[in-house]
Amino acid sequence: MTTNDQIEHEEEVTRRNFLYVATGVVGAVGVVSAAWPLVDQMNPSADVLALASVEVDMSSIPEGQTVKVLWRGKPIFIRHRTAKEIARGVSEDNDPMKDPALDKDRAQKPEWLVMIGICTHLGCVPLDNTEFQSGEYGGWYCPCHGSEYDIAGRIRKGPAPRNLEIPKYEYLNDTTVKIG
Amino acid sequence: MGSSTYVPKSKAGKWFEERLPIMGLIHGTLGAGYNAPRNLNYWWNFGSLAGFMLVVQILTGIILVMHYTPHVDFAFRAVEHIMRDVNYGWLLRYTHSNGASMFFVVVYIHILRGMYFGSYKSPREVLWFLGLVIYLLMMATGFMGYVLPWGQMSFWGATVITNLFGAFNFYDGMGDSILHLLWGGFSVDNPTLQRFFSLHYLLPFVIVGVVILHIWALHLPGSNNPLGIDAKGPGDKIPFHPYYTAKDAFGLSFFIVIFALFIFYMPNIMGHPDNYIEANPMVTPSHIVPEWYYLPFYTILKAVPDKLFGVIAMFSSILIFFVLPWLDGSKVRSAKFRPATAFFFWLFIINAIFLGYLGTKLPSAIIINMGGGIDALTLGRIASVLYFAYFIVVVPLVSRMESTKPVPTSIAQSVLDARKEG
Ligand code: HEM
Ligand code: FES
Repeated sequence: MTTNDQIEHEEEVTRRNFLYVATGVVGAVGVVSAAWPLVDQMNPSADVLALASVEVDMSSIPEGQTVKVLWRGKPIFIRHRTAKEIARGVSEDNDPMKDPALDKDRAQKPEWLVMIGICTHLGCVPLDNTEFQSGEYGGWYCPCHGSEYDIAGRIRKGPAPRNLEIPKYEYLNDTTVKIG
Repeated sequence: MGSSTYVPKSKAGKWFEERLPIMGLIHGTLGAGYNAPRNLNYWWNFGSLAGFMLVVQILTGIILVMHYTPHVDFAFRAVEHIMRDVNYGWLLRYTHSNGASMFFVVVYIHILRGMYFGSYKSPREVLWFLGLVIYLLMMATGFMGYVLPWGQMSFWGATVITNLFGAFNFYDGMGDSILHLLWGGFSVDNPTLQRFFSLHYLLPFVIVGVVILHIWALHLPGSNNPLGIDAKGPGDKIPFHPYYTAKDAFGLSFFIVIFALFIFYMPNIMGHPDNYIEANPMVTPSHIVPEWYYLPFYTILKAVPDKLFGVIAMFSSILIFFVLPWLDGSKVRSAKFRPATAFFFWLFIINAIFLGYLGTKLPSAIIINMGGGIDALTLGRIASVLYFAYFIVVVPLVSRMESTKPVPTSIAQSVLDARKEG
């Protein structure tokens, strides 16, 4: 191409090539930084993030019962496990599992099982089979596509890939936990 | 799409046409200026019916929005308010909710018509793509609309479907990041409802845009026809108006009668009773089923034991329609002259309906009971394999190996022959 002051040779890096690429790069950076707020607004907002923890007094939950509390829009299962249930969970520690875990690693105190009550397949709330130790594994059964969890919330059967998730929680005193 | 043959009758019309030739555009697209093959049968009615349904959904939708509130605390009540208090609110809502189903019925027939008569084949591939894009947009729109009444099925349908995207968990935490971005929170909640509302309002207008492209792409080669041969001479074609406008209007009146039967006599037959219970994040209904128009794909999802591959299989089952023009290697378009193709086409339809039926069942439900008993999961796996086999094995082989029946030389010839015989 001919310009007023010089003749460009092929494969030569000219000032024009440089300006062309530099403009393109600056333009691309501009477009991406302008687009980012449009995408990031979709992420959880400050007020949603602020609802990050709940405190639960568990003293009123009798042995052998589960309560559900809502945390971040999801149910949390708090199960007061009986000695028999804990024994069963431990005795199955070495059974074949998709997501192997020991019973003792599933709860800070073995009698209090605290889990997110959301099936790790596609997010349904599993039904409680614990009361009569019904079903093959005596834990939770997901009605949506048939996943079965045992008495420690470990996935034993069905399409769900992982054990019921354990949220971050800490004991504030003997019977009160702070979730989140 | 335009036509230079349009001559405005009035002086004012002429004045306007010189400044904006829009009447000529309409005349050449949907009027007397567009010549269509003379042998189109009633299966060609479903394109204009789909257009009609799009208009119905947009009209009723815009009116519903005037009485609706997209907020978790008010949405369910707003829909009850529409049903009980708003004048003719029940009619508008039932028209919109049954309208979505009718829209899908019409579009499914429209797509299958294209499959049977080879309308996806050269030179209409882009036309076919644009149709599939419309279909995908409809699926998204219908899904997000179903969330708006904020009933139990709304909530749990939204939960299960959005969770599909969590399967793309290629590094630790990626799946969750995607989900939090989609939900605007840690579960389906108010931010989710509000963004779905915004998109549910927007997407139908995007569909309108793609429909315009679809019709543009149609008018370059012109309509296909039941014989699948190119319309050549003037003897092969007739003006769209008045011939097909009249035929389409007749079909439309028939269709409206059926539509009205649903609205007035069985308005909830395609819905689910659980959606009249307000959304409750603590309790999942004992049995979640999607809207009927998603059922075959839902069965394919359930058939695969792995979460990620289940999701991939489900999306592939729809995306595979995009490569159909190349899977089919036949020189003849219409299945009228391809008996083996027609045979397998009907098997495909039966299998797809069966997949849909299985979608309503729990995986463990026993479907065939002969001593042992075969459950829905096993049958779903077989039917899913057959579904893909149709595209990957049957169509490529049959279309290349089949000896086709003789194809008429022209549309006019075929019409005249039929007249002589009849
Ligand atoms: C492609 C076109 C459309 C389809 C397939 C569609 C589909 C649906 C569906 C399936 C529902 C749930 C109905 C129910 O069970 O109650 C719904 C609800 C709703 N749609 Fe649409 N829609 C479309 C266009 C529109 C448009 C353009 C608007 C607004 C301008 C709109 C506004 C609404 C509103 C406010 C609701 C909630 C009220 C209700 O549930 O009846 N829709 N839509
Ligand atoms: S959501 Fe629980 S098995 Fe699918």
